[in-house]
Amino acid sequence: MRNKFLFRVSVLVLAISFVTPLLADNHESILDKVKNRGKLVCGVNGGLPGFGFLGEDGKWSGFDTDFGRAIAAAVLGDPSKVEFVPLNAAERFTALQTGEIDVLIRNTTWTLSRDAELSTDFTPPTFYDGQGFMLPKSLNITSIKELAGASIGVTAGSTTELNLADTMRSLGLEFNPVVYEDIDTLYSSYDAGRTDVVTSDKSQLVARRKDLKNPDDHVILDATISKEPLGPLTIHGDNKWNDVVSWVVYATFFAEEHNITQQNVKTLKTDNPEIKRFLGESGEMGKKLGLSKDWAKQIIVAVGNYGEIFERNLTPIGLPRGVNKPWTQGGLLYAMPFR
Amino acid sequence: MENLAITQEVKPPNTSKGPVKWLQDNLFNTWYNTILTFLALVFLFFVFRGIFIWVFTQAEWQVIPANLQILMIGAYPIEQVWRIWIVLYTLFVLLGLSAAVWKGLVLRISTAIAIFGLILLLIPLDIVKNSEIGYATLEYNFNIAYLIFFKRKWLLGGLVLFVVSFFLGRDKNKLKRWVIGGWVLSFPWTMITLHGFGENTVSTTNWGGLLLTLILAAVGIVVCFPLGVLLALGRRSQLPAIKWVSTIYIETTRGVPLITILFMGSIIFPIFMPGDFQLDKVIRAMIALTLFSAAYMAENVRGGLQAIPQGQVEAAQAVGLTYPKTMLFIVLPQALRSVIPAIVGQCISLFKDTSLVTIVGLQDLLGIARSILGNPTWQGLYVELYLFIAAIYFIFCYAMSYVSQKIEADLGIGKH
Repeated sequence: MRNKFLFRVSVLVLAISFVTPLLADNHESILDKVKNRGKLVCGVNGGLPGFGFLGEDGKWSGFDTDFGRAIAAAVLGDPSKVEFVPLNAAERFTALQTGEIDVLIRNTTWTLSRDAELSTDFTPPTFYDGQGFMLPKSLNITSIKELAGASIGVTAGSTTELNLADTMRSLGLEFNPVVYEDIDTLYSSYDAGRTDVVTSDKSQLVARRKDLKNPDDHVILDATISKEPLGPLTIHGDNKWNDVVSWVVYATFFAEEHNITQQNVKTLKTDNPEIKRFLGESGEMGKKLGLSKDWAKQIIVAVGNYGEIFERNLTPIGLPRGVNKPWTQGGLLYAMPFR
Repeated sequence: MENLAITQEVKPPNTSKGPVKWLQDNLFNTWYNTILTFLALVFLFFVFRGIFIWVFTQAEWQVIPANLQILMIGAYPIEQVWRIWIVLYTLFVLLGLSAAVWKGLVLRISTAIAIFGLILLLIPLDIVKNSEIGYATLEYNFNIAYLIFFKRKWLLGGLVLFVVSFFLGRDKNKLKRWVIGGWVLSFPWTMITLHGFGENTVSTTNWGGLLLTLILAAVGIVVCFPLGVLLALGRRSQLPAIKWVSTIYIETTRGVPLITILFMGSIIFPIFMPGDFQLDKVIRAMIALTLFSAAYMAENVRGGLQAIPQGQVEAAQAVGLTYPKTMLFIVLPQALRSVIPAIVGQCISLFKDTSLVTIVGLQDLLGIARSILGNPTWQGLYVELYLFIAAIYFIFCYAMSYVSQKIEADLGIGKH
C-alpha cells in the first residue's frame, strides 16, 4: 500500500520536473532575456574569410559579426554588448535550440528541411550566394555546356557535390568528378592542374582565387547552379525575437535604399515620412517591436547600412555585389515598408 | 713463482678513433656505401637548401607577431589581461618558493622555466612590428632594449618575483606544507581569477589560444591522475560492484574515440539538459578530455600495481596497516614509480589531444590559427602558422618528456 503511494508520488514528481522546463520556456522571449542580461550571445563562424574571424586585436570581425553588432545596437543601444561564440557546422543548430546562443549568424543556407524539421526560424537572408565554377582562362570556356568531359574538383559530402551531379545530369553532360575531403587540398590540386575545373559557392571561389599562384589566369563562370540564401536564424516559436532580428536586417536594407549612411544618419534632415519613422522621429515603430524609439538609427550609427557593411567586409576579399544590392538597382535586397 | 707472466699488464684495445677513421669505418667502408653516402649528401643538400630558402626568404613570418596576442590569449579582452598576469605571478611565486624549499630537481626545473621566461623576455619577436626604428645604429639598440623592457615589464616583474620568493623561502623547511597547500589552491584561484565576477566577467567563450590549450591540458592532467588511480584500484577491488563499475567505465571509454566523446559533450549532452540549465562549453570539453584520459591513466596505473608482489601487501597487513594506508604508503609509491614513462606519455598525449577541441568549435591554439586564416589579410599563410603552433607543442611536450627523464634519473629507476 505504502509502496504504491510512494511510486505514484515519484511518478508525479518526475512528470512535473519534465514538464516544468517546457512551460517555463514559453514565458519569456529571448528579447527580454537579452535585455535583462545586457548582452547578446551570437553564434558565428570561427574562421571564414570576410564573414567571421578573430582580428589581430582579439575583436571579432566580418560580415556576419557586423549583423550581430547591429542586433546588439538595436536591442541594447550598444554594438559592443555582444559576445560571439564560434561554432562548427554540426553544433550550430544544437547551440541555438538549447539556448546557448540567442541568434545564429553563421552562413547557414535557408532550406525547406531546415525550416520545417529543425526547431529554427529563418530571418531575411543577408547574403545570396550560389554555386559556380572556376577554371583557367586558357581553356576559353564561357558556359557550363562546354564542360563536357572535364574533370571537376568538389568537396565530399556537401550539397555542392549533389548540385554538381544534378546540373550535369539535367544538361546531359558526361563529366569526371574528383572528390576531395579537405577544402585546402581541393584548391591546391586545382592550382597544380590535377583538375580542370573547381566548383563551390561563388563567395568561396572568389576568396580562394586570391591564394592561387596566378589569380589573374583564372575566371569564374557567370552561371550559378544553386541558390544559397544565407541569413540569421532564431529559435522556433519565439516570434517576438524573430521579428526583431528580421527588422534589424530590413533596417540595413532600408538605409541603403534611402542613402542613409553612417556619416549622415546623425545629421539627416528629412520630410520623407517613412524615413522619419525609420529614424524614430515619428510613429512608434520601435515600441511595436519592443525596442527603443531610435533603434534603427542606432544600427546605422554602429555598423552603417547594408552597402557599407558589404564594402567593409566583402569587397576587400574581392566579392562583387552581384545580386546582393537593393531591388532598386536590380538586386534581391528588398526592405518591407516601415509603416 | 712461474705464474708471474700471467699478471703481465695487457693494455685495453684502443677504442677511440679520429673523425677521419670514423668516417672511413662508417660511411666509406665499401664502394657502394661511398656511393650511398654521396647520394644522401646530395639529397640532404637540396632538402635543406629548400627549407633554408623558404624559411629565410619566402615565408611571411609577420603573421606571427601581428597575431601574437590572439595566438596567446584568443578573444580575452586586452583590458582584462592583468588577470592572466596575476595568475602567472601566483605561479612564479609558488615556483620560487618550491625551488627554495625542495632544492634538487625542483630547483633545476624551475630554473629552467625561469630561463625560458628570460629568453622570451629577450627575443625581439613583437619588435618586428615597430619596424620604423632605424637599423644598425646605437640608437636602434638602445630603442630595442627600451621597447623590450617597456612592452614586457609584466614578464620582467614575474621573473623578479620568482627570484625574490626564491631568496625569501631559502632554508625555511616549515614552509613546505604551505607551499603544497598553495599549489592545491592555485587551481581554483586560477579559474576564479581568469573568470572574474560581476561587471567584468570574462566568459569562457572568450578564452582562447595558448591560454585555453594550457588550461585544458592542466585541468586534464591534474584531475585525470587521481581519477585514474581510483579507477585502477577499483578495477582490482574485491568488491564486485566497484570492480564492475570501474571495469565497464574503463573499457567503454577506451572503446570510443575521443572525438566521439567531445561531440557527445558538445552536441548531445546539452539536449538532455533541462530548460535553463547550461554547462559551459569549455567546461564540457574539460570534462570530456578528463574522463577520456582517466580511463587510459587507470590502465597505466594498473600495470604498475600488478608489478608489486603480493608479499608487499601481506607484509603491510601483518604490521597492522589499514587498506588506505597500505595503498598510500606501500603499494602506490612503488607502483607509480615504475610506470612514470607511461604516465608522462599519457600526459603528453593529452596535451596534444586538446587540439581536437577545435572540432567542437573551441578557439584553442589550432582554432585561433584557423581563425587567423579567415582574416583576409593573412589568408593562405597555413604553413607559417602551423609551423609556429607545431613549435609551441613541441616545446611543451619535449619539456614534459625531459622532466620525466630527470625524475627517473633522480629516483634511480632502472638502476636499483
